[in-house]
Amino acid sequence: MTLPIFTASGDPGPSFADLLKRTRPSDALPERPHDLAITHGTTVLGVRYADGVVMAGDRRATSGNLIAHKTMEKVFPADRFSGVAIAGAAGPAVEMVKLFQLQLEHYEKVEGAVLSLEGKANQLGQMVRNNLPAAMQGLAVVPLFAGYDVRRQEGRLFEYDVTGGRYEEQHHVASGSGSLHAGTVVKLGYRDGLSRDEAIDLVVHALYRAAEEDSATGGPDLIRGIFPVVATISAEGYQRVDDTELRTRVEAIVAGGALG
Amino acid sequence: MTMPFYVAPEQVMKDRADYARKGIARGRSAVAVLYADGILIAAENSSSTLHKVSEIYDRIAFAGVGKYNEFDQLRIAGVRHADLKGYQYSREDVDARSLANAYAQMLGQIFTHEMKPMEVEILVAEVGIDAGFDQVFHILYDGSVVDEDTYSVIGGDAEAITARLEAAFQPGMDLAGALGAAVSALAGPDRTLAPAEMEVAVLCRTTERRAFRRIEDAELVALLPA
Repeated sequence: MTLPIFTASGDPGPSFADLLKRTRPSDALPERPHDLAITHGTTVLGVRYADGVVMAGDRRATSGNLIAHKTMEKVFPADRFSGVAIAGAAGPAVEMVKLFQLQLEHYEKVEGAVLSLEGKANQLGQMVRNNLPAAMQGLAVVPLFAGYDVRRQEGRLFEYDVTGGRYEEQHHVASGSGSLHAGTVVKLGYRDGLSRDEAIDLVVHALYRAAEEDSATGGPDLIRGIFPVVATISAEGYQRVDDTELRTRVEAIVAGGALG
Repeated sequence: MTMPFYVAPEQVMKDRADYARKGIARGRSAVAVLYADGILIAAENSSSTLHKVSEIYDRIAFAGVGKYNEFDQLRIAGVRHADLKGYQYSREDVDARSLANAYAQMLGQIFTHEMKPMEVEILVAEVGIDAGFDQVFHILYDGSVVDEDTYSVIGGDAEAITARLEAAFQPGMDLAGALGAAVSALAGPDRTLAPAEMEVAVLCRTTERRAFRRIEDAELVALLPA
């Protein structure tokens, strides 16, 4: 591999996607298979709370009527102060996350400064928009983006549609096949200024309920020790909630008569 | 018609080397010092925005002296090289040795084939999992590479600074000790360097993925010898 050096007029700047296009054109556009069984990831959520945002996602991936994976992760750190959660075709979605994480880091290193949260949200919108031709073939990727805005000192939530449209939400947001049920649970339990504990309980409960109603959403599995991925993003940065804490919360929800 | 003069290749190379060395000597120097938890890089730099020391990848840092636009071009090329390689293969496959070789190829090519050599001297440092695996590569304007395993000095006044650092260096120093040695070597016996005139960063093996961290403001003041 030689050093990628460009003329001043052909320089891709801090954009990793442009850099990729200029160096190896074939990698920039992933292959789009037709009529294959596509693995889909399902329900993800984001909720604002007093110190920032909570993101959560169930662990099930489906391929048609089959469960493809029991332990898929759909919530990822995008950088220190933001996270991205994916619903939709798993392959392109995970690839999009990988490229997005790299884009943020690449920008930070080339420019010597971190993108604003707004800038990060716009970048992800562009990536979703670039995926539109694939979305038309049934490979839609619809992420959620959430982060702690260090300038405004508050948590912010963004959702997208397949055309790359970006919508900021004030309170909570859900995406994926179980989003209707999960979203309703969150809507009923939400109030301004939730504490960290309350917000985590709310998203875990919402996923638990969604899993009861939607076959493509996986519930917590106390026997195998599989719990949703839950992360908080606050002034302390992206922090994943560990499984021991989640087990306690799930057990409390089950014990609290949530079996109706 | 005028006949071009014959100039011996030795003379051409010598002139280019002199030119490059002169350009490098105009700027201030930088040093890299291995310490217990990683690699410290310190540069004399009164600008807080135009960096001489930067992050390249998870465990790799870059330092350059000489002409700013030239070493910054190399820095950006290095970030691109590393990010592309990590994306295409895996993050573990990005290493300082291959980056140092790529820089050496490019600098060597420019030195022999272009009108003007690059007036830069650079360091590529990689912190290892254990102390024995730390690497520092020192690359000169003509593409020669030196692999250093204790400390490295780049810039105009390198000889004097190296002599001072050699006296102060001890293997396995802590961060404050390494910083003290680096700063006093850079400053020399006749002057002291204020924190605002220093640019300091570390590659620390105890941090999680991205080992590069700048040491600035209050932290730098606290670490510097009073």
